This record gives sequence, C-alpha cells and structure tokens, in this order.
Amino acid sequence: MLRAGQGPQLLVLHDYEAAGHWYPYQSALAERFTVLAPSHPGFGTSERPEQIEIMEDVVYVYLDLLEELSGSFNLLGLGLGGWIAAEIAVRCSHNLHRLVLADSVGIKVSGPTEADILDTFIMMDRDELLAATWHDPDLGAQRLTLPGEPDLPYETLVAHIRGRESALRYGWKPFMHNPKLRQWLHRISVPTLVLWGDDDRVVSPAYGRAFQQAIPGSRFQLIESAGHFPYLEQPEQFVAAVTNFLSEER
Amino acid sequence: MRAYYFTEMPYPHYPPEVVEALNSQRVILPSEYLDPKAAGELYNRYLDEHEYADELGLDIMLNEHHQTPTCIDSAMPLAAAALVRRTKQAKILLLGNPLAHRDNPVRVAEEMAFLDCLSDGRLICGFVRGVPTECHPANTSPPLTRERFEESHDIILKAWTTHEPFNWEGKFWHYRYVNPWPRPLQQPHPPVWIPASSADSIPWIAERQYVHATFLLPYQAQQKLHKIYFDTCAELGLPEPGPERFAHLALVYVGETDEKARVEGEALMWYMKAVRHMGFWNPPGYLPPEASARIMMGQGFPEPSWEDANNMGVVIWGSPDTVIQKMRKLHDECNVGHMLMMMQAGFLQTDMVRKSMRLFAREVYPAIRELGEPAAPAPQARGG
Repeated sequence: MLRAGQGPQLLVLHDYEAAGHWYPYQSALAERFTVLAPSHPGFGTSERPEQIEIMEDVVYVYLDLLEELSGSFNLLGLGLGGWIAAEIAVRCSHNLHRLVLADSVGIKVSGPTEADILDTFIMMDRDELLAATWHDPDLGAQRLTLPGEPDLPYETLVAHIRGRESALRYGWKPFMHNPKLRQWLHRISVPTLVLWGDDDRVVSPAYGRAFQQAIPGSRFQLIESAGHFPYLEQPEQFVAAVTNFLSEER
Repeated sequence: MRAYYFTEMPYPHYPPEVVEALNSQRVILPSEYLDPKAAGELYNRYLDEHEYADELGLDIMLNEHHQTPTCIDSAMPLAAAALVRRTKQAKILLLGNPLAHRDNPVRVAEEMAFLDCLSDGRLICGFVRGVPTECHPANTSPPLTRERFEESHDIILKAWTTHEPFNWEGKFWHYRYVNPWPRPLQQPHPPVWIPASSADSIPWIAERQYVHATFLLPYQAQQKLHKIYFDTCAELGLPEPGPERFAHLALVYVGETDEKARVEGEALMWYMKAVRHMGFWNPPGYLPPEASARIMMGQGFPEPSWEDANNMGVVIWGSPDTVIQKMRKLHDECNVGHMLMMMQAGFLQTDMVRKSMRLFAREVYPAIRELGEPAAPAPQARGG
C-alpha cells in the first residue's frame, strides 16, 4: 500500500489499468489528505491469495482492512475500484465519511443486447486501447503505461498482464458488474459525489448518471475533455472537484 | 500403429477481406457470410468422407470449435451420432469434449455413454480444455479454464463408474442426484485421450494412464513432452508406456509421387494461414502471465512454410514410400502409436481427399499397421 500526505484519511481504489503507481493527482490530493493507495489482490505488488477468487472476496479483504484503520475515512473509487467502493459502501458505512466514485463500473443499466461496459480486454494493441479510453490518446501515451509501449520492461509487462488476469477473475461473467448491486445502492447513506469523464467511452456519462441516481442525495459532475481516466487526463479539474467535495461540511 | 481420418469441417467460402478488416477469423466474423445451404452440403460431404474412411479400414476422429469458419462442427456429438449409425468398424474418436466450456458435465457423461452404447463400444472419448478462442464464444473466464476442466473431468469419470446416485458439491458444479442413464458399455469406462502441448499438463495425463495427443507439434517438442510422461510413470511406479499411449496429429497428403503430393497437398496449408486476433488468442489468464507476455513480445505465433512444416513433422506429404518413412520416424523416434491425419483442410476438394485416403489405406497403412503393439482397449490390459 502506498501512503503519503497529512489530514483526513482518503483511501483510493485503483482501476484495472492503473495499479501500483503514484500519479500526480495522488500527490496533489496528498497536500490535503492522508492518501492511502493499496493495490487490489493480484494487482501491482499485491499477491492474490488462492482463496481470493471473486469480487465479494475482494470486498471483504477491504472491509477487513477498513476495520484496522482507526478513525473515519473517505473513499475514492476509480473504474473497477469504483465498483469495489460501491460494494463496500452498501455493506458498511459506520466509519465512512464521504464517497467519491469516478467512471465506475459495477452495475447493469441497459437491456441485455447493450453492452454498458466496453470490453477493453480484447484490445491488445496500445493505440487501439488509448483511442478507446482517452479523450486525447497522445496524452494517454505519455501518462499511462501499457503493453506495446517501446522498451517496456518484461517485468512491467508481466505485472500488467497479471492485473488484467485478476480483473477478469473478478469481473469476467457477468462482465464487470454485479447484477444485484444497483438495487442496493440506496443503502449508501454518506454524502456521495459521482465524477465522470465527459468523453468516457468505456462507461458513458449516461451510465454514470444512472449510477448516481440510484444513490440517494448524491451529486453528479462531469470532468471536461476527459475519457475513462479523468484523474490522469485532467488532474487539476479532478483534484479540485474531489477536494471541494471532501472539504464540505456535512 | 492405428490411423484416424480427420477434417475440422471448414467453411472456406467467406470473403477474406472481411477477415482482414476484422483482424480475426474467429469469434466475430458475422454469420451473414455463411450460406446455410452451402453449410448443409459441406456437412454431408465431410460426413461422407468419414464414412469412406470406415470403408477403407481407417478409424475416425472428430473435434469441435465455435464461431469460426475453420470448423463448423460446432456440436461434435451430433456428428458422431450420425457416423455411428453409418459406419461398421471404425473407432470414433472425439477429441475432444471442451470441458471448460460445457456448462453441464453430467450431460457430457450422458452423451458419451449414449454414443458408447449405440456404437457397441467404438467410442474413444477425448477431453480438452479448449483453445483460447473458445473462451469468448462460451463466455468462460480464461483463468478458470484449467480448474473447470479438471472438476468437469472428475464428475464425468465418477458418473461413468458409480452405478448409483451420488452427491457432488464442488467449486463450479453442484448436483444432489447424479445418476445418468445410460452408463457406458466399455468397462470401466471408454478410453480417455487428452491433447496437451505444455509440459505442466503432462503429469496429470500420465498419472491417469490416459493417451496423450500432440497436435501439429514438431518432433522435438513431442519427445520433450513424452519424456515427462515416461518420467511421471517411472516416479509413480506405473508400467512404462508403449506407443499405444501416444497420438500425433499432422496434416497428411499422400500422392502418387512426392512431386504430385507437394503440388496437390499444399492446399492443406490453408489451415496454417490463420488471421489471429490476439485479444481472442491470448486472453489474460489463459496462460501464465509470463507465457502470455512472451507471446505478446514475439507478436504472435510463427507460421511455418510448407517445407519447414514438413521437416518438423507438422505436415506429412509425399509418395506412399515417403509417407511410410515419415510415419515410421514418428513411431521410432517419438513413440507414436496413433496417427491422427488431418487429410482435408480449406478448399481441398473431395476427389483429391479421397484419392489421398485411398493411397494411404492401400499403400501406406499395410506397412505401418503392425508397428508397435496394437492399441490395447484399456491401459490395464498391458503388462508391466
């Protein structure tokens, strides 16, 4: 687990393509918060114990971790991490202060023939993946490490594939969602902000609004000129939105 | 050495430019490019060729794949049922049932027992994990394929050999009353064959004394895998395996002369010229991350030339004498006792296929048939 900063605790749960790194948005958040950034089991430097097999296992791993943290904390879930954060929040919120979800997967919104969540796992070509996930793919090429990058070390490639494998263990079928999660999102009782890249084509802003509308009293905010990774593509806008929300009085 | 006739039942009449544009032959090629009338004619033609194999004294092999024009046998037990009723002598080898992708193992046990009874015990039952491209059509999580294969296998074997209801509460499957009717005719169960091309799969096969099959693997790769099989048997105190324990699949064409075989048979190489979408061929978790990374760094799979493939034992073509020599080499150097012969691929027309089959049956088979010991019906029939 990476940790930096001072102030109220902020647990950041990463997406499947962005594990184990410390990015500028995290440094910026660390100016106001104690940022805790673990890697999910099977991602980055985290081992995946054999018995951690499905999303529910991952959620309980984090519930165990949260019981060990003293005091209250804020939770920021990004993409796959947003799904985990929502699963945590519907189960237990007694020391959860505020919740931010960004470009989160995890629920089913449309009908059976509509794929709400783009399958980026079949995209082995780096350019194809960047074009599908970034508003500005050239910026993505600079800011996100992906297979296909020139001179990518073998160990980095292996770690990346291992993360994708773990994501598929937790979210292959149903694809990246829990069909029962949406009906329980009403249990989230803490102030919640749903942030979304206005050009996210992995999960659309309309999907984000559906997510937000299922959480009582929550708010929705777009990050302009951003794809699926607004915290990497527009870190200033993103950090300002998160900081303002987390600093509000209840 | 026994010989098995095989075709994947291709549907080659699709527009190649569509495959190029999609960068994939499999999974996502729209079915609008398949004409059901033409598919029906092909099914009948391919089944006729299998029946001809029986008339010639050859055994028969079938397989199955999904959502691909390389193989429109998408329900192998159906093809087997059609052939069982129209053949007399041939062993019917199903290689194999894609266990990771079949949602109901008890149903597989029933289908195989049905075929075994119907064929008077001519069934040879293959089980496969399924190639990577089967994960998306069946929507099976790639990291779970091996575990699913093993649990499904355990259920099927128990269903065949337990002749009363039993309970199964495993990881992927849960039943409270497993008791399939019929049960298999061959006792204790039909012969089980498993294809594998990675070293870590071999001990599991050897421990169970199953037949190990290699598909389109070079001589040296076969030898390396077979050594693991031998070593596992030695470690466990099991009898040393004979050639009846090893099968090899190659593309095979027999012509009147080497030159004629080279020219006529090259059409088989259609099968090797696949357009492979790496998202479907190398999904995360199907292979260990290190192996998956090596494929990504090598940018895919090598595609050998006709001559290279010939030198490796991946294709076997030539005059009857040449083919005899190459199959002897497989027997002598790789301990192969079952020759699985893909004698049709792509556009290779039925008259050429039948001519090649005829030449094999009349001029090659008599010379190699006696190689090694005849295939034993069950492993325990062999002495130590």
